[in-house]
Amino acid sequence: MNLPDDLRYTKDHEWIRVSGNEAYIGITDFAQKELGDIVYVDINTVGEEIRQNEIFGTVEAVKTVSDLFIPVSGTIQEVNDLLNSQPELVNTDPYGKGWMIRMTIADPQELEGLLSANTYAAVIGG
Amino acid sequence: MTDSAQLKTIPLHDVHVRLGGKMVPFAGYVMPVRYSSDIEEHQTVRTGVGVFDVSHMGEFRLSGPGALDLIQRVTSNDASRLAIGKAQYSCLPNASGGIVDDLLVYRLDEEEYMLVVNASNIAKDWDWVMSHNRAGVAMENISDDLCLFAVQGPKAAQTLQPLTGVDLSKMEYYNFVQGELAGVPRVIISATGYTGAGGFELYVPSQNAEEVWNKILESGKKFEIKPIGLGARDTLRLEMGFCLYGNDIDDTTSPLEAGLGWITRFTKDFINAGNLKAQRENGVDRKLVGFVMAERGIPRSHYGIQDADGNRIGEVTSGTQSPSLGIGIGMGYVQKEFSAPDSIVYIDVRKKPLKAKVVKLPFVNK
Repeated sequence: MNLPDDLRYTKDHEWIRVSGNEAYIGITDFAQKELGDIVYVDINTVGEEIRQNEIFGTVEAVKTVSDLFIPVSGTIQEVNDLLNSQPELVNTDPYGKGWMIRMTIADPQELEGLLSANTYAAVIGG
Repeated sequence: MTDSAQLKTIPLHDVHVRLGGKMVPFAGYVMPVRYSSDIEEHQTVRTGVGVFDVSHMGEFRLSGPGALDLIQRVTSNDASRLAIGKAQYSCLPNASGGIVDDLLVYRLDEEEYMLVVNASNIAKDWDWVMSHNRAGVAMENISDDLCLFAVQGPKAAQTLQPLTGVDLSKMEYYNFVQGELAGVPRVIISATGYTGAGGFELYVPSQNAEEVWNKILESGKKFEIKPIGLGARDTLRLEMGFCLYGNDIDDTTSPLEAGLGWITRFTKDFINAGNLKAQRENGVDRKLVGFVMAERGIPRSHYGIQDADGNRIGEVTSGTQSPSLGIGIGMGYVQKEFSAPDSIVYIDVRKKPLKAKVVKLPFVNK
């Protein structure tokens, strides 16, 4: 299972890549495998302030629909436009071109509670 | 069925794990939902050939002089029209206007029939048919004795032909023969399927199942055959507008509401025929329709269906993104006034009403 060490994870299978007071968010390799082919990423929360663990959008696979939970509180700055025409990037490159949102972090302290790659690996039984 | 201790496994379970199948609980069984990708598997069946292990399905054998009468009593289609070597789609109406199950009826011999039922309903169907078996017809549940493989797609006949002396090119839809296949005698080779892609369903004795499965994969290699999971099975059947029991039809939906009037034959008497006949004469209040999304979004089972003013007019029973069309498609019951093709309805997708258009089924032409 592909779990980059420089990311933080949630038990809901999102990852976060922090850089200063900004962060990129996506779903994990494990999550995309569980969901199967991603056909639609529906996020309409750009500009909104969202609190930790609240829903910022949904991801639709052929078989299922799943909510997306924000790992830390903050404001959504940008949605990955590429996913509009190529939602399959979430499957093929979940930590790279398949990122979902860019956000500013409201409270860096919340990052402390997120999971390391090792702890997340234990959560998914890896 | 959430208690995994009660889940049954199919005979080739370990074979599917080795092939990379993701095994999930379905209808009381642990079944392969996908091996690689739902969309890739779907396209494989539409354009080439794929093989499904659907051994969870149930089979009952009914035999003896009263077998036809019993089948005529419990099913809605007219089984007296079946010659030996022919099968028909049918349903088991209940006494209160709904459907116990949908099924295939095979006429195996002069006085011998096979009913093929949904895995989730095996016990319910058995009890239901048995409760109407007043003439003591011999009934045998042979579900565990048989594996069922569906070889589907435009290359299905070419895949199977080298394995059997039966001329598959001459076999018409809903015909079958019992013949040797892959060295195994008395395999039921049936020109049926649940995909709209053409092909065959093979009822194989469980003890020979693995060798037959392997020979199918071997023979199909030149057509790049793939094992196909239940995920693609669902998108394939939905593109054809085929009903799935538990989603589109159930104990509360009438066959006439579900568009199954063509298998509801009043040429004979059967359970609840009087009420269904009255329903046909008086018309139904709601109908199962197919619709395509006019806006981006994917309908899912249990989403509400609304009119332009936001009034609820029905509910989605099945929905997905069509791999062939690249848009959201679905089926659902709507009030009769909204059931004509081109009617505009709105699907309540996470509190956002998205426009959809009622269409004639199938969504994708064969």
